[in-house]
Amino acid sequence: MEYLVLAITAILIKNILLAEYLGNCPFIGVSKKMDTAIGMGMAVIFTIALSSTITWAIQKYALVPLDIVYLQTVVFILVIAALVQLVEMFLKKAAPPLYKALGIFLPLITTNCAVLGIAVLNIRRGHTFIEMLVFSIASAVGFTIALILIAGLRERFEITHIPRPLQGTAIGLVTAGLMALAFFGFAGVDSALKALQ
Amino acid sequence: MVSLAGEFTKGLWKDIPPFRLVLGLCPTLAVTKSCLNGLGMGMATVFVLVCSNIIVSMLRKVIPKKVRLASYIVIIASFVVIVELLTQAYVYSLYQALGIFIPLIVVNCIILGRAEAFASKNTVVRSALDGLGIGVGFMLSLGFLGAVREILGKGTLFEGSQYMIHVFGQSFEPFTFMVEAPGAFVCLGLLLGIMNVLGD
Repeated sequence: MEYLVLAITAILIKNILLAEYLGNCPFIGVSKKMDTAIGMGMAVIFTIALSSTITWAIQKYALVPLDIVYLQTVVFILVIAALVQLVEMFLKKAAPPLYKALGIFLPLITTNCAVLGIAVLNIRRGHTFIEMLVFSIASAVGFTIALILIAGLRERFEITHIPRPLQGTAIGLVTAGLMALAFFGFAGVDSALKALQ
Repeated sequence: MVSLAGEFTKGLWKDIPPFRLVLGLCPTLAVTKSCLNGLGMGMATVFVLVCSNIIVSMLRKVIPKKVRLASYIVIIASFVVIVELLTQAYVYSLYQALGIFIPLIVVNCIILGRAEAFASKNTVVRSALDGLGIGVGFMLSLGFLGAVREILGKGTLFEGSQYMIHVFGQSFEPFTFMVEAPGAFVCLGLLLGIMNVLGD
């Protein structure tokens, strides 16, 4: 039950994109079309689950015992960059159809701050292994849901009259703001769930 | 041939991030709840940007092409660690306010973008000025966005310092929406629109 609360909080209430402000660059970039949004979302779920697990293990079994926690940022970003490359090479060999679908999004993910952000959040919040796994996957799913919802809205912009100065990124941000407002409606769901226990 | 002053001033209007160069949105949205937080984040970014531009430019003939991005990331990450330790030691309240966005300076695309697009091709002095210009532009933008959100959302300016001003007086009913996440998106979107009008 507490894992369910953690997951729902990460997906809906504290949505990584709309409430925690992580991963906005790819969000503005690839949320124009539905299928690219789905591809990006899947790639993000996959990478975040993998990179959080590895960085969590590195923190616990290498950085803390060796007393070099201050190197966290350097180590984590290198691990993520190397991991993304590795995943790319592995998918190319082992699962070409999946690679075709996700391929172009993978390099973009290295600089997606949601990946590093979630790795760091897992450490700062002192998550256990299972909490880490639930939180990482749920956050990535929340990212995907927000991305797909906004892509659905942005597809309609093509047939809508938008004032010229607001076209492109500007209207994308305003839409994201309204979406974030809609997600505010989920506040309180977590306390209701806790009360059910 | 762009003059040295031009390298600096282009970051202040022509290429000002995040309005003209739409990069680095996450810190822009996250830390601009108040003007001072925005400026603090901006200063940290200026430091990292200038230092990494200088080092990347110095090493531009040494770094092999194939591993250049990884090398840039290591250089940037090292300076981010320095900033992290310095803020933790000297301005702890800012360190707490900025939270995970200090380590996340590493993945601020503005910094990697300048390393790749400018510092890897230009001399040290030009790269330093370019970093300073873009960085100060970013800092001013964050400060401005922070000021707008703070004034509307809390009715104050420079909250958290001794210079705090109540812009609308004590009886002002704050427009709390502006300091929450939705306000950040809407405010930045509208400011981008205004910048587009001014720029045309």
